[in-house]
This record gives sequence, structure tokens and C-alpha cells, in this order.
Amino acid sequence: MELTKEQRDMLEGKKGNAVKKSMSILVALGEIYGAKRLIPVTSVQISGVSYDNLGDAGLEFLDEMAKDGKTRVKTTLNPAGMDMENWKALGIDPEFARKQKLVIEAFKKMGVEATCTCTPYFIGNKPNVGDHIAWGESSAVTYSNSVLGAKTNKEGGPSTIASSLTGFTAEYGFHLDKNRQAHFVAEVRAKVDNPMLFGALGQVIGKQAKGRIPLITGIKKATTEDLKALSASIVTYGSAPLFHIEWITPNKTSVPKEKIVIEQEDIDKAVKEMNDTEDVEFVFLGCPHCSIGELEKISKILEGKKVKKELWIGVARPVKRMADEKGYSKMIEKSGAKFACDTCHVVAPLKGRFHSIATNSAKGIFYGRGKNNFKTVFRTLEECIRLAVGE
Amino acid sequence: MKGRKIFEGKAEGEALVSKEGVSFYGGVDPDTGIVTEKGHPLEGKSVSGKILVFPMGKGSTVGSYTIYRLKKNGKAPLAIINKECETVVAVGAIISEIPCVDHIDVEKIKTGDRLRINADEGTVEHA
Repeated sequence: MELTKEQRDMLEGKKGNAVKKSMSILVALGEIYGAKRLIPVTSVQISGVSYDNLGDAGLEFLDEMAKDGKTRVKTTLNPAGMDMENWKALGIDPEFARKQKLVIEAFKKMGVEATCTCTPYFIGNKPNVGDHIAWGESSAVTYSNSVLGAKTNKEGGPSTIASSLTGFTAEYGFHLDKNRQAHFVAEVRAKVDNPMLFGALGQVIGKQAKGRIPLITGIKKATTEDLKALSASIVTYGSAPLFHIEWITPNKTSVPKEKIVIEQEDIDKAVKEMNDTEDVEFVFLGCPHCSIGELEKISKILEGKKVKKELWIGVARPVKRMADEKGYSKMIEKSGAKFACDTCHVVAPLKGRFHSIATNSAKGIFYGRGKNNFKTVFRTLEECIRLAVGE
Repeated sequence: MKGRKIFEGKAEGEALVSKEGVSFYGGVDPDTGIVTEKGHPLEGKSVSGKILVFPMGKGSTVGSYTIYRLKKNGKAPLAIINKECETVVAVGAIISEIPCVDHIDVEKIKTGDRLRINADEGTVEHA
């Protein structure tokens, strides 16, 4: 791989240890995947933030990198294992909280914006069409590749840090247009008109994609929330972190010959498959984190009602602040529902605390089962709230 | 045998060979080095202090941090040899500073073989 003088200096340790380690990660990845060079990135989203996944050694690694490492591009963080302010109300163990705070401190020392969210594109980290970026968090990677038209591979924790501290990534995979072309057409002949059903569609396509890129046709309209749900689901269930939707997404692609057809019964089957109980202990909305529009909707449904089940709403803190100003937060909290800013049920240490979860997120169902051993109920946002208030 | 350097360093020791891929996140206990993945050929064996030989890594990218945790706990392998190194193992070896070489014909190595690895040169030989 050809390096510029600046990049060679970084690799040789002339810009400090953290930069040296970062550069060696990027060069090794570049060589493994046959990259010819490193390219500048305009934005980074760091994954691997929850102490539940990092452990003490992960924390030690971050401390080491924070000694002399500083971000060179706009960098935001994935969700943490808890609400960084309101963790007590969510029943988080104080020792876990102490360690999680140290993780965030290390990132802050590097100059990272400590806004822990899987929807950085709602809080000002929103790349443009054609931008090269280095993002972790599979749902955000898929959203930025597919909906925003930016270019990124699905990065892991250390490689996102490496890109942030150097400003570069290796040019391979989804950074190259030849690797962004659809492999098969997925023609939708079913009614798909809310985020829950877009999640179900993602499950159906993802399972058949086997790591390949779909060109989805037959969708007439999709909201931001629909596309957010589809991005999270399709990659969770096995697609590449990139899809095209005819007339809706901005990337150009050739039209492949292979075609699958998705009928109503496929969607119905997917929905049925994601339900394995009627009995709900815990309701989670906001996987990926809620938009301001979703908070408005939730507040209107909850107005004047009281929740009978634990209801958590996952959201980026700046989006919650917008809801504070509009009065939605007050309506939501008055009902007894709890905001879970900075976190979600996938990365929080919830195993054993609940036995079942209701959510409108197909990704949330997958990790509710796999990571937390929950029985699951898959419903629309409105139906989930009705379950929470006992209607 | 000549392969490709993933991370530099030299080591000599006993080989522990798996015909299947290794998933470090959820597959290897970071505190003991013992392989915990159900049904894995190395299940119950410790990777600690061995030259760990397997075709390719698999599983979550959090696995890189698991390798780092092994190293910090003094339970890491001495070196890693792969047929084809992927990102999880490569990044794990780099951040943990474990000598690592790939593009090696791993079928020529058996558990218990004494190996000498010079990752700087990308070479692996029977000692």
C-alpha cells in the first residue's frame, strides 16, 4: 500500500503512540483487503462503548489511546450501557455506572462528542452523498450507506477509533463504487407502511441476502423512521450494510437479473416468527433511537394515561432536549414511562432483569432474544404503548 | 513456510490447532483463556501460552477487545497463525501486540508441534 509522507510519519510514531497504533490498524486492514491507499474521512461513529461489552481491558485500551490521541474529524459515540444522567432510575448497578463513566471520560479526553446514540444523523453527524466516512454500529452504517449515500465499511470499535485519531481509512469494500452495485432485486408485493413492517421486510430480505446487496422495488413511500427501521433490521438478519430502493435512495446501481418476490404472506410469516409470547414485562421503543417525530407520537398516545408495565424510550439526549422544549417529555414522563437517553435494551446490562420484551423493532427482537434471553412481542409503536398502559 | 505479517514479533512454542474458525467474543473466556463455544473442537482447552493455529476468525467485532482482555489477563496465545486473517483477529493482534502471520498452510501443522514464528519475516517453521 502506498502511503503519503504524513501517513508514514504517523506509522513510524512521529505523531505519538495512539496515532502509531491507529495507523498500524488501518495499514493492516488495508493490506488484508487489498487497498491501494488510505483516504481521508469526514466523519466517524465509534462503536464499542458499553462497558458491558468492553470489560476492564477494553477500558484500559481506551485509556491508553486517550493518553496522547486526539480526534482529527467529527466523531460521535454509539450508545452506552446506561443513561449517563438518569441511570439510577433505570436500576443500573453503581459499580457498572462508575466503569461506564470512565469509558466516556476516556472518549471525551480524545475529543469525541460524548453523545451516545445509534442515530448520529439526528444530532448533527450527518454526512453528505459521496462522503467517505468510518462508522461502526451496523444500523447507522447501513443508514449512512443506503439513505444518506455516504460510503463506509462496517467498522469495529478499534478501527473507528483508528480513523478518528488519524483522519483516514483504507480504501476497500464499500468505499469503491464497483462494490456498491446491487446483486439481486427484491420486489415487494406486500403492504409495508410503518417502521415495524419495514423491520419485518428487512428480516425477510436480510435472511435471503446472505451478505449481498439488494435493490428493493415496489415501495412507493418511506419515511425517515421507516428507513431507519429497515436499515437496522436488514443488516441484523444478514444483508450487506447497503441497500437500494428504487426512486427513494440516492445511490446509482446497475439492475441485476436475479429477482426474489416478497408477498404479503412472507411479511406475515416474519411478524409471526418474531412473536413468541403474549405476556409482556418490559416495553422498549427507540431501537434505533427515536426521532423527534416518534417522541411527538408517543407523547400524544400517552397523554392522560398511566403505564402499568415498565416502558423505556431510547433516544439521543439532544433529541430529548428538543422534546423537552416542545412539551412532549413532560407528557411522556407524567405517564410513568422512562426516558433511556444514551442507551438501549441491546447494550444495557438487562439479562435476568426481565423475561419478556415488546418492541416495534425487528433488530430489537433479535438482540432481545440473543443477548438477553427475552421472550418477544413484535407490534407497532401504537400497539406497544397500548400493551404498556394495559389496554 | 512463508506467509504474510499481520503483526510483528517472534515466538517459539507449542501449537494448538483448530480446524474450525475461532470466535473470541462469546467463544473464549477472557479471564481464563479457555474456549467456551459449545461443540467447538477446542472446547475446554486453553489458548493461553500456545501458538494458536486456525483457518480464520469469525463472529462479532467485539472479539478484538476479547483478545486484548486475554493479553491483559496474561492468558493470551503466544502467537496466532491463520490461513486467512480477517478484521477481528487482525485488529485484536495489533492492539494486543501478539505476533500474527497469515497465508500459512495450517493443515501442515498439528496440535503439539513445536513452532518457531518470525512474524517480521512472515515465516513459520517446525522447531
